[in-house]
Amino acid sequence: MSTAGKGLGRRLREGLPLLPFLAFIVIFLLIPTVTVIFGSVYADGAFSLARIAALFSETPLAALWKSVLLSGSTAILGAVLGAILAWLIVSSPRTSIFRRAVISLCSVLAQFGGVALAFAFLATIGLNGVLTLWVQQHFGLNLAGSGWLYGLGGLILVYTYFQIPLMVIVFVPALEGLREQWREAAVSLGASTWQYWRQVAFPLLTPAFLGATLLLFANAFAAYATAAALVSQGSPIVPLLIRSALTSEVVLGQAGFAYALALEMIVVVAAVMIAYSALVRRTARWLQ
Amino acid sequence: MRRVSTSGRILRVVLVVLFGLFFLFPLYAMADFSTRNLLRGGRTLQAWKNLVQDDALYAAIVISLLLAVFTVVLMLVILVPTMIWVRLRAPWARGMVEFLCLLSLTIPALVIVVGLRNVYLWVTYFLGESALTLTFIYVVLVLPFAYRALDGAVSAIDLRTLSEAARSLGAGWATTILRVVVPNIWSGILSAAFISIAVVLGEYTIASLSGYQTLQVQIVAIGKRDGPTSVAASLATLLFGFVLLLVLSLVTRGRRRGTLEAAVPTPAPAAQPGG
Repeated sequence: MSTAGKGLGRRLREGLPLLPFLAFIVIFLLIPTVTVIFGSVYADGAFSLARIAALFSETPLAALWKSVLLSGSTAILGAVLGAILAWLIVSSPRTSIFRRAVISLCSVLAQFGGVALAFAFLATIGLNGVLTLWVQQHFGLNLAGSGWLYGLGGLILVYTYFQIPLMVIVFVPALEGLREQWREAAVSLGASTWQYWRQVAFPLLTPAFLGATLLLFANAFAAYATAAALVSQGSPIVPLLIRSALTSEVVLGQAGFAYALALEMIVVVAAVMIAYSALVRRTARWLQ
Repeated sequence: MRRVSTSGRILRVVLVVLFGLFFLFPLYAMADFSTRNLLRGGRTLQAWKNLVQDDALYAAIVISLLLAVFTVVLMLVILVPTMIWVRLRAPWARGMVEFLCLLSLTIPALVIVVGLRNVYLWVTYFLGESALTLTFIYVVLVLPFAYRALDGAVSAIDLRTLSEAARSLGAGWATTILRVVVPNIWSGILSAAFISIAVVLGEYTIASLSGYQTLQVQIVAIGKRDGPTSVAASLATLLFGFVLLLVLSLVTRGRRRGTLEAAVPTPAPAAQPGG
């Protein structure tokens, strides 16, 4: 009893300096998240599934489908192309300025681009975009025709532009984990380069590749800034539907609908991230 | 991968060129677009001059820079002592601290902003209505990046020996942290600060949905009437972030080698920590 009391007292003394950090996290991360969860099942002080049920009406379902389509297609495109780019980068020396510049550019585009990327593509293939004008002069085609840049097609293009760099950042460490000895061993046993890749490298990289694809999916699903800057009217995807629910408050005649949409986002992202961490744990076994 | 065949080399060059075009052309297009004179043809630097001449845009840039500074300071004040304490005195809490720091990677900023209204009613009640109150939420956003940067640096030094040496020579905790530990994890602090600055300058989601006029919010607002200025400001933030991270990768390399060469002393046969 007394030893337990002592242990507890010690824990408290040790834990006390952690309080500012914990309080900060609770106030600015956990309370907002809990607010969202409660807000989507409590309406006017009573438990209610009305807001959740509203998720299954036509507009939100269409937005969810388009979000999944956008995230899925850009995750696969980004993963495949990003893996190829990562392979190109890994074969250059680790300390070369080329590699450092590419990695820095990748992290800027992948993590901090947001609004800027929307404007990059407006300047490229928007109505007066540089590429649009050039193609018009030389081939007489109108690249910006029908405003596809502001629809799902445009979003897929712009999202791919930040998904590939993200894949590079996540996948380069996995490629570096492939040891030269493994290739030497395969070759000394008579394997061709193709056989080495097909039977040694690919199977080893598969969990990391699938995990990274899931991460890219979650990344695209939760992304907001690029889409918001590009699409100013209409709400084709879930994040933009949340924007209109937040700013109008009466979308579908339901105040607080944003809570339910945000919960939907939490559920999708959490499910994907759990699968991701399971795959990463598998990869970590040989990546040491 | 040592012996690359000719066809393999050609394939590689072709791929590098294609990727280079895909990634660099939009950046080139931004430079071209932002210097084009839409009215009379030819070139003009008006869009770039607007970065300081347009009052609203300039004010937003100042706000965003201030936010970046405040976020870095608050992040360091909260995170550095916590991480040091966890390693020295409360190792049982290390997993929890790491989990909480990385948590905001899995909770989208959009979700946080939806649930933030109640919390911010209190924040603005105590601190007043100001874009600078975004500092708090930005600290949460940069925590995962900052944690990783700091964790790497703290792991690279022998924290226990350093702090015991300092404490046994009579230094208090504040002195130990500020004058002994911090100089030794300088590279990690620099990384955390640079990455945080890049995150804050690029943040749009929370600022726009909370109705504050930060740089990115202003870029979008201006984009509706003056494309070139928005494009110029966008390119400026991208380039700034790129230079920041490139300098960081060059500096921390040198730094880290320096720390290692300064040779982490082999831990003396553990004396029990006193007090």
